[in-house]
Amino acid sequence: MIRLLQIEFIKLWNNRASKVLIISYFALLTSIALVAAIKFDIGPIKFHLADQGIFNFPYIWHFNTFITAFFKLFLAIVIVSMMSNEYSNKTIKQNLIDGLSKKEFIISKFLTVITFSLVSTIFVFIVSLILGLVYSDFNELSIIFTDLEFLLAFFIKLTGFFSFCLFLGVLVKRSAFALGFLILWQVFEGIFRGIIRWKFFDGETTDVIMGFFPLQAMFNLIKEPFSRLGAVQSVANQMGEKLALDYYIHWHEIVIVMAWIAIFIYGSYSILKKRDL
Amino acid sequence: MSTILTVNHLTKKFGHLTAVKDLSFTIEKGNVYGILGPNGSGKSTTLGIVLNVVNKTSGEFSWFGGDTSTHEALKKVGAIIERPNFYPYMTALQNLKLVCKIKDVSEDKIEEKLDLVGLLDRKNSKFRTFSLGMKQRLAIASALLNDPEILILDEPTNGLDPQGIHQIREIIKTIAAKGTTILLASHLLDEVEKVCSHVVILRKGEKLYSGRVDSLQASFGFFELKCDDLEKLTSYLSTNEHFGSIKQENGLVTAILTSELDAQSLNKLLFDKGIIVSHLVKRKESLEEQFLALTKNANA
Repeated sequence: MIRLLQIEFIKLWNNRASKVLIISYFALLTSIALVAAIKFDIGPIKFHLADQGIFNFPYIWHFNTFITAFFKLFLAIVIVSMMSNEYSNKTIKQNLIDGLSKKEFIISKFLTVITFSLVSTIFVFIVSLILGLVYSDFNELSIIFTDLEFLLAFFIKLTGFFSFCLFLGVLVKRSAFALGFLILWQVFEGIFRGIIRWKFFDGETTDVIMGFFPLQAMFNLIKEPFSRLGAVQSVANQMGEKLALDYYIHWHEIVIVMAWIAIFIYGSYSILKKRDL
Repeated sequence: MSTILTVNHLTKKFGHLTAVKDLSFTIEKGNVYGILGPNGSGKSTTLGIVLNVVNKTSGEFSWFGGDTSTHEALKKVGAIIERPNFYPYMTALQNLKLVCKIKDVSEDKIEEKLDLVGLLDRKNSKFRTFSLGMKQRLAIASALLNDPEILILDEPTNGLDPQGIHQIREIIKTIAAKGTTILLASHLLDEVEKVCSHVVILRKGEKLYSGRVDSLQASFGFFELKCDDLEKLTSYLSTNEHFGSIKQENGLVTAILTSELDAQSLNKLLFDKGIIVSHLVKRKESLEEQFLALTKNANA
């Protein structure tokens, strides 16, 4: 296993474009800390974002995992190109001739995906922990470590997304087309939602059905955190509205994404197995 | 002598096209094999199948007696197929380190093999800056990293300039001299004739011949003769029991032998009959002539 990871590491780290993207991704993850510095001080209006409670434990776990998940697009490019480059350079052929089995090839890619997700999760955990310790109003250990399941969801969400990218890379063989396909798929899910909502089902059923589609399922894992924010809640209360959203992570959502991961990885393997190179 | 590769009734179809048809042969340790055949005769497909990159339609093959899985066996094989494939953004050294990781061998042979192919001074240049000849030589170095039991080369001199071809041939000869088993696919006959002891000849995916190169050339050879009195010469030769057909072309008489006869005896025989030749050469058909005859026969 270590050998397979080392193989991927050599391939990625010696590629300047991948290296730059990976470094900028982790730099961006850290930059979430910069949000803390947002401060308006215009005459009577004093606004300091860090004071709005976004860095309070345990809310910070929800907020940071939701926001940083958007940066995954950077790594998506790295993953799509690490797969499709093997085709365009024909190095996949050479790898197999040199004695890597097709299974090992896919496993080495999947291990890289897991590593990326794991490192991102640990990174977000550390950055959030430090931000929280600095800005949070509550610092009791039991509160700090509540809601850590958001990190698990974050990990699954990234792994799912990257596995999808990997699969597209194998399927399409060209990085630009694979990324285009990814966007196309997002649009497709949107249109599909629109059609079934319009013609067939009510809002609730539509949501349930859409929850089975890969991108929507990944998005569902971590719901938007803004309406949970104290300030937003109090505004809503004043307006006489009650925002009763379900923020929590459901086990069936995790199962759906894990099923997609299995489908993508097994799908990549069977495509590779069937193809003549 | 141990068997390295056994191929049994191997068939590969691409849709309607049958690229390899019921092919069987074995590769024994220590010999240098050539796979000969015109373009599109299924050479590369056959190699692709045994190297795990092309899926077979039916039949089977086994490496080293079939004790190990194909990908494990391939770690003991060095192979280059068609064009050299490496990561263009990595240097020669980095590429070879990667190959070492895949083959699960130590990295301390890298310098030695780069030296063998004459690329040691360019080890830190990126692969994309290499000329085709250098790329091909790097591919050979890479294939040798594990000191393979067998080296498989598919058209190793394709697209190279004369110097490049010469360099590659010298390298192949050096490797063959060390006793490494080599399987060389080529459509260049003189190439195969120069280095191979055994050949497998393919045409349209079918095996026409497999065996030793010298038993392919099993005929008794032929004489090329010139003299002033051609008529006397031809009429004498046609009565001689050693000769089969006799051809005359541009004043050169070609007489095919049907039994053993050396040049000295023929010369004496002719002199005794009062025929004085100005040109007398005994030759054997080249592999090229044999090959063309063989592929033509199969055509009919």
